[in-house]
Parts: sequence; C-alpha cells; structure tokens
Amino acid sequence: MSGANRIAGQGRLTPARTARFSFDGKSYEALEGDTVASALIANGVHLVGRSFKYHRPRGIVSAGPEEPNALIDVARDAARRQPNVRATVQEVFDGMKATSQNRWPSLSFDVGGFNNLLSPFFAAGFYYKTFMWPKAAWEKVYEPFIRRAAGLGTAPTEDDPDHYANRYATCDVLVVGAGVAGLSAALSAAATGARVILCDEQPEVGGALHYDRSVTVDGKDGFAWAQAAAAGLAAMENVTVLTRTTAFGYYNHNFVGLVERVTDHVARPDKKAPRERLWQVRAKRVILATGAIERHMVFGNNDRPGIMLASAARTYLNHFGVAVGKKVAVYTANDSAYEAAFDLKRAGVQIAAIVDSRAKPGDAVLNEARSHGIEVLTGHSVIDTKGHRRVSSIVVCRNGGGGKRTIAVDALLTSAGWTPSVHLFSQSRGKVAYNAETGQFLPGTYAQDCLSIGACNGTGSLQATIEEALAAGELMARATGNEGGAKVQLQAENAFEWTGGMAGAAEGAGADTNVKAFIDFQNDVCAKDIRLAVREGMHSIEHIKRFTTNGMATDQGKLSNLHGLAIAAETLGREIPKVGLTTFRAPYTPVTFGTIINHSRGDLFDPARKTPMHAWEEAHGAIFEDVGNWKRAWYYPRAGETMHEAVDRECKTVREVAGVFDASTLGKIEVVGPDAAEFLNLMYTNAWDTLKPGRCRYGIMLREDGFVYDDGVVGRIAEDRFHVTTTTGGAPRVMNHMEDYLQTEFPHLKVWLTSTTEQWAVIAVQGPKAREIIAPLVEGIDVSNEAFPHMSVREGRICGVPTRLFRMSFTGEAGYEVNVPADYGQAVWEAIWARAEALGACAYGTEAMHVLRAEKGYIIVGQDTDGTVTPFDAGLAWAVSKKKSDFVGIRGLKRPDLVKEGRKQLVGLKTKDPKVVLEEGAQIVADPNQPMPMKMIGHVTSAYWSENCGQSIAFALVEGGQTRMGQTLYVPMPDRTIAVEVTDMVFIDKEGVRLNG
Amino acid sequence: MLLIHCPYCEEERSELEFRHGGDAHIARPTNIADISDEEFEAFFFLRDNPKGLIFERWRHVHGCGRFFNAARDTVSDKFFASYKAGEPKPDIPGVSPATEKTVETYEATEGTAK
Repeated sequence: MSGANRIAGQGRLTPARTARFSFDGKSYEALEGDTVASALIANGVHLVGRSFKYHRPRGIVSAGPEEPNALIDVARDAARRQPNVRATVQEVFDGMKATSQNRWPSLSFDVGGFNNLLSPFFAAGFYYKTFMWPKAAWEKVYEPFIRRAAGLGTAPTEDDPDHYANRYATCDVLVVGAGVAGLSAALSAAATGARVILCDEQPEVGGALHYDRSVTVDGKDGFAWAQAAAAGLAAMENVTVLTRTTAFGYYNHNFVGLVERVTDHVARPDKKAPRERLWQVRAKRVILATGAIERHMVFGNNDRPGIMLASAARTYLNHFGVAVGKKVAVYTANDSAYEAAFDLKRAGVQIAAIVDSRAKPGDAVLNEARSHGIEVLTGHSVIDTKGHRRVSSIVVCRNGGGGKRTIAVDALLTSAGWTPSVHLFSQSRGKVAYNAETGQFLPGTYAQDCLSIGACNGTGSLQATIEEALAAGELMARATGNEGGAKVQLQAENAFEWTGGMAGAAEGAGADTNVKAFIDFQNDVCAKDIRLAVREGMHSIEHIKRFTTNGMATDQGKLSNLHGLAIAAETLGREIPKVGLTTFRAPYTPVTFGTIINHSRGDLFDPARKTPMHAWEEAHGAIFEDVGNWKRAWYYPRAGETMHEAVDRECKTVREVAGVFDASTLGKIEVVGPDAAEFLNLMYTNAWDTLKPGRCRYGIMLREDGFVYDDGVVGRIAEDRFHVTTTTGGAPRVMNHMEDYLQTEFPHLKVWLTSTTEQWAVIAVQGPKAREIIAPLVEGIDVSNEAFPHMSVREGRICGVPTRLFRMSFTGEAGYEVNVPADYGQAVWEAIWARAEALGACAYGTEAMHVLRAEKGYIIVGQDTDGTVTPFDAGLAWAVSKKKSDFVGIRGLKRPDLVKEGRKQLVGLKTKDPKVVLEEGAQIVADPNQPMPMKMIGHVTSAYWSENCGQSIAFALVEGGQTRMGQTLYVPMPDRTIAVEVTDMVFIDKEGVRLNG
Repeated sequence: MLLIHCPYCEEERSELEFRHGGDAHIARPTNIADISDEEFEAFFFLRDNPKGLIFERWRHVHGCGRFFNAARDTVSDKFFASYKAGEPKPDIPGVSPATEKTVETYEATEGTAK
C-alpha cells in the first residue's frame, strides 16, 4: 500500500503503478500521478517545511499552485535541482529526491525556531526599525545577517544541463484553464472552425472536477466527461490542447506567455526533449477560465500542520484517494466546506464537528450534515489550536463569548470563501470591480479583446457557468470571422449551490496584539501586523503590503491578499473597494530562468563576430579582445613575451619596418546616388562636393545637439558613389542615423544606403616598407607616391581579386588599407603576410594600433570623446566647414554652453617622470594641495607607454585645455600624486613627413 | 509585446521587428542654422510626454527598414492608426489630445484617508 492513509476504492490513481521517491533522505512509495504533497499525506507526513520568519512548523495547505507552505527542493542529480518547488503541483517520479527547506539541522528540530520565541521583536516593519542604528553597524553586522536569513532555498551551483524550447504561436481563441468553463468555451469555439489553443496548468484537465465528485455533465461523471472532451478537442485539426501548461503572463495586444512543463514529471526523460517549453502566443481573442482559489480562515495558530483548505482535502480524497486525517473538523464561513465533510464521512473518516462562523448556513448543506449525523456548531469560531508538529486539538467558542470547548482532531479543514483568479485579467490592464454582495473583486472594465467566464468571473452555478462559457466561446470565435459549426449544448448537474463567504479576520483572530492569526503563511504575516501597519500610518494598501510583506512571497498572496485588504479596510474604517487591490503582476506562478532565457545562453546569448582572418590570427598566437561583439586580435606575443613587450615590439616594428593589421571590423556604408555628395554634406561637418573621385577625406559626424557622434575616412569612388567608414562600434547606429535623416528629413535626395561592413575584409599595411610589401601583389593601380598620394582610393586587383585600395593611415606612417571581398580576406592576408614577414614586418593588434594612433594625435570617438565633446573641444575645428549653410549639428554647435569659455578640451599630457604611465579615467586637478573635495578640472582619456617616444603619453579632457599648454597639472592617485605637463596631442612626426613617404 | 501595423508592409507584426523613434511631426527647420536659441530649444529638447494620445515615429528596422508614424494611447498602448512618413496627422475620431496637466500623487488620490 502506497501510504497508510490511502483509502482503497477512493481516487483515480492506479494502485499497481507505484514510484519511489525520498523526502529528507527517507524513502516513500507513491502512485503514478501523485503529487509530492499527496504522496506525503498518504504516508502520514504533514510537517513539510518551516515558515520564513518564525521558522514555525508548517504543513500542506492546498492542493494547487496557491500553496504557500510546502516549498521543497526537487532533484534528479546535483545539477538538475530546483528549490522552492510547490509540493502540491510537483508530480512524483521514480527516483526523485525531495528535501525540505528553511530549517537547520533538521525539519523536526530547527534551531531557527528560536525566532518564534523572539517573535514579539519581529513585528511588521521590524527591519526598518531595528536596523536603523548605529549607522556603522549596517555594513558589518545587520546587512550580512539579513542577507543570510533572507531568501528561501538554495540554487544549484552547477550549470543547468537541460535545454529549453521556445515556440511562437498564433490562434483565433486562446482559452486559459480547462475546467468545466474552459472546456465548454473551447468546445463551442472549436465547433466554428476557429483555431483554438486550450491550456491548463494541471496534468489532467478538469479543474474543480478533480475534487467535486458530485458533478455530472450530459449524464457522465464530470471528470470522465472532461477527459473525453479534451481528447475530442485534441483530435481536431484546429485545436491544440496543452496540459501542464501555465499561462503566466498576459501582455499587450493579446500576447500571452505560457510555460509547458515537458519532462519534470518523467523518471527518465528523453535527452532530446526540452525540460520546459515557452509558448509566446498571440491570440485574436482570449477567454479566461482561470477559476477561483479558496481562502483559509484567519484565527489564532491557524498554521499548524494538518490545517488545510477544505477543497484541498476533497482533492486528496477524491482524486488521489488519500485521507488527510482520521478525525477531522471543519471550520468555515461558507457552504462549500461542508461537502469536504460529506465526502470524508462517506469514505469512512470520522468528522469531529463542523464549526460555522455564520449563524445561518445554507439549508441544503445543513440538512445533509444532520442526515450524516455530523455535529454542526453554527455561530461558533475556532479560536485556537494545539499540537506541535501536527494539529492535535482545536478550541471552539461561541461567537461573542462563552465557554470554550476543546475538540481533539488530527486535521482541520477551513474555508472562508472563494477568491476569483483575476490575475491574468488584471495583468491585461482590465479594471476589477468589487461586488459587495459576494465580497469578490470581479472583472469590470476590459482593456483587451478578452472575456472572463466561470468562477473567475464570479459566476456561481454550474449550469450558468456552462451556458456563459458556450456563449463566450462562440462569440469570440465568430468575432474572428469563423462562421461554421453547429451550436454546442451541455447539461450539467451537481449536488449543492453554495452560499456564504467572508474575508479578513474571524472571531478567533483576536483584537489583541499577540495572537498569531496568519493571513500570509509564507511571509509570516498575521492579522495583527496589518493592524499595526495601519496604526503606524500606512494608509495605502501598497504601503501596507510593503511594510508587512503581505503577499510578497512566491505565492504572491493568492490566499492572503483579500484577507489583508479586508483587515486593512476594517482598521481604516473604510470600505474594501475604497482601499483597493494591490497590482497583479506577471508571472502568475514562478517561471524558471531556464525557460525565460531559453536558447539565449552562451554563444547564442552574445554571438561572437569574427573577421575573415580570425583563423589565421588564432593560429599565429593572437590574444583577442572583445570590441562590441567582435573578437579583435589584441597583440601577438612571441614565446616568453609579456603583453607590454609584445606591444612595444609591434609599435617599434611598424615605425621601423612595417606592420600588417586586421581592420575588417571598421563599419562600412556604401552611399550611392546622384545626391550622395549633398547627403554627406548634411551628415558630416566637412564639405564633400569638393572631394574629387579617387580621393579620401576624414569626416566628423555630429548629432543635432552639436556633439561628436562618429568619425571615419570617406573615399569617393565615383561622382555618385562614396565608401564611408565608421568606428567599429558605431556602424549600426551611424547607419540608423543616416537612414533616419534620409527617410524623414531629406527624402527629396536621391541616395541609397547599404551596410557593407561584413562584405569587405580590410588589411591595413602600415610603415616605411608598406609599399614594398603590397606593390608586387597589386594589378591595375599605380602605387607610386605621385600617382597614389596619401588620402587616395583606387579600384583594381590584388592577388587576382578585386580590391578597393586606400592610401591612408591611422598610425602616422605611410600606409594602405586593402579592401577585398570578405571571402578572399584570409587568402590576400596570407599573401601580404608572406611578403611582410620576409621583409621583417610584423602583424600587430589593436593595442599597438591604439598606441601608434595616440603617438600621432589621432583620437578615438567614444574613448577620447564621451558624447559631450564638440569638434572644437577635440581640436578638430579644421574639419568643420564654415561655408556650408546646413549640416546636422550646425545649430547645436552655436548653443550658449557649447561656445562658452572654459569648456573641457582635448590636450596631450606628458608625465614629469617619463616612466610613469597614467591611468585612463584618472581625474586631474590644478592644485594638489587644495583642501578636499578638490576641484577636478578634467580626466585622462587615453594613456600608454610609447616605446617609440621613450616615455609615457596621454590624452586628457581638461577645462580650457588649449590655453594651458606648458602648464603643470596634477593627477592625484590613492598612493601618490603624479605631476603632468600639458602638451599638444602629436607626439611624433609633427610635420607629417612620414605619412607622405 | 505590442502588435504594430507597418503601413509599408501593410501587415501587423510583432514589436520585436520595430524600433521606437520618439515624437512624430517635429520637422527640422530648413533654416536651422539661423533659428534662435528658444526655437532650437523647442525643436530639439522640449517634448510633451502626454497621458493619452501621442503621435510617434516607429521604424520597421527588422523588416522593410522604413520609418513611419503611429497614433497610440500611452495609457492603454492601443494603436489608433499608423501611416507613412510625410503624411499628415490623421483625425482619430472620439480621441482628443491629452490636456490634463495634473500629477498623480498620494495626496491627490488618497489624501482624504485619516
């Protein structure tokens, strides 16, 4: 027998199909289809966890996703382990290892339970008040303590070995929830031919039919009807039925997120199957049939193991065949709980009493109780309970006072009424409305194309639910243009119509300040805490929530929110709707990070971009750096070389012989059309109409506000064709910027823009021997200095393939940039490299490139500029045309702040001690002896050791920098102050002789 | 995730394919070099951030690449219309531009609580 509390002949599981699992190291037998909760109760285990704050022993409260207490850690192996799983929804599989949480050293003896004795000190708002002083204690004492105590469960440290799938889907009608309402709506929608997706979070459809055994539909047992209806729907071509699938978020424009749990219930999952599948569904119409959640009663010590929701006890009995106790009492304000007593009584369980806080329960249930011989105490309350690891007795008292009576029990079922699950409706930005008659918040004003039906819409009776659902299904399907099909009709019956319900504290919650009448089990929030919050001045429900943490746990207040609200309203002396609900936010239940991240892990999260020469660089020992998504060769160390030795060697070799550099990552845009020059005139500060075909020019691009946005060399290939280069990181945004102006401000210009960044491989050959290296490889271009001067571009062939050959330099040496179609990049590189190597040249990386350009005073946009630098600040006034009447930024440049004296300007810095290299980002002061805080007048933007200059060099943005030439400034560092001299930015070959060589 | 109608593709496509481009119908002055500081401030810096109807630019960046304009409710995110760049603001029947200037504060909404 799979557990002593399993009752033969009860439930829907098959006794022969067993599975073994362990809980806290002890092995138990379960039946296939059991949840961990049902299997534990079957084996007599009610104590499953400790509460978060007081570490009180806690048991299973519910049989569904609303479970606040039974949070467990579920593992297949060390990496496949998940904390905070609700035992009430996790299906048992053979070999599962489950463990309890938030206890040490063991569940039954927990040191943290000491907190329960200290609870007078742990009132609501405790953290805010207690940890205020002394201030110095925060960092060393309070925060580490809170961090250690905070959080439930522990995450696995291993990488998640499972994979997760993602699917986009569209449909005419999405039906969320496959209880009686959802199934009926799906049937009538599907009959029209509409494309329908029906999802339900449980392994089997049926919703409330799991516990309500009295229902028949069209004469069939309700649960059996539901399975048959779902099977019929699944067989239809236009219908997708998803079980174990939770609709967790309702977003804009009928976009609903579903998570399908594919293998979490399987003992040996297919390795190819994803663990979970994310469905991103765009539905033309949505039908919400999300049901209602039963609330517990709020009274003193209502949290002992063995105290649970009445409907949960029915689920355990009627679906799993498990009795939650041998002597059970019911405490209710609502008719529905009576049926739990009837079902248990019929199964042979002793019912100690039904305690009803109402003076007048519904006649039907009252008469039925009497016919079963069950004692009903109307107008009574349970005011206290006893028992340590399980409830052992309850104390009952007539409302308004009188004698107390103690009744021995081993389980207590409670029901304060039903809370419609309006979570998804509310997430859709629909506004809820309070129904004073039923005490329920119900869908009021809809914001999207959806409808709520059944219990989540406050619809009470079974037949009314079915009729509402059938009508909604048809209405929504027809609204999407589906005209086919016959009308669906269903006839249903059940035993009782329910009345009653209450929210807030029952009599037993007491007005006093030490009764622990829990409203939020997971966060240990009691009725008294809400009252305290109001007394201390919290009047908004959002403040009360945050002060008490009510509803802030992983269950997001599914049981507690309405109770908290009712108590707040009573204490404030206002009506419930005047106090208002807190906001419902996605997800409805916790969603794993794996599902949300999905395929975006590792290389797919941040794809690496590699140049056509990447493999060669790798083979030649390059160390790479990340530049955006690009992998760029940083430097090429030889055996035994440090980075600095390698960079020094590369820098020297380029100036003395030559170097070869992979510049393929440069952004490239082909600007073509009769108005191309006019367009570039508007996009750059420079004049382009004067540029002759075959020549190049360095261009500055501004934003409209006048600040430098990008820069690069532009070559004019023909009258109507420009080859524009951008910074490596700026390529996409420059393209967007150009497209924006072309389409929306200058649409009259006939220009076509094409991104060609990845179409060209670019090999920079720089240095005195650059021409000697490439000359024999080039065909059809005269590369002599006279025919092909600095800042020229020619089309021809190199190594037999087409090239755009640029004579240009980012080093200050004579140099070329060989553009070839990307597929030829590595072959041409290897041919160039063969000659370069023979002539004593080297390959150099981005670090040497940075040093070489700094030696020559060339800036890097984004390193030496930061979005607040004008071309004038950057010493590039020569590049701003004074003749043009318009370019983007022309007006911005004249803004008062941009023409003011004393702006930060780019200058060079030399350290007084030439060996000291500054730190990039270091602040600069004029007087190092001034009192702190010192006035900072600028910062270092670039700083390197220059082997070619034999000293350290730097650029800095300094207030009024261009007027400070020769001044001594200071860079205070934690351990010393470094004196620097302000210089111009060109440290080598100021006359530019080498460029033209 | 929004569902956005591209007036060039003549299709509703997922927000993933689009990029928002700020307020629409703010024309760059043709004599921009000559405008006053105040005119430049109004053109470049000042925006209304209305609660309710807004006309805004979108680009179908991962689709046709075109910029277009749309009328949207900033509260409900409902789109009233989308139209090609250069076309005039459409009339949105029954919806007038937001004029409300009040700010929602605790005092304004909950201030009567005692």
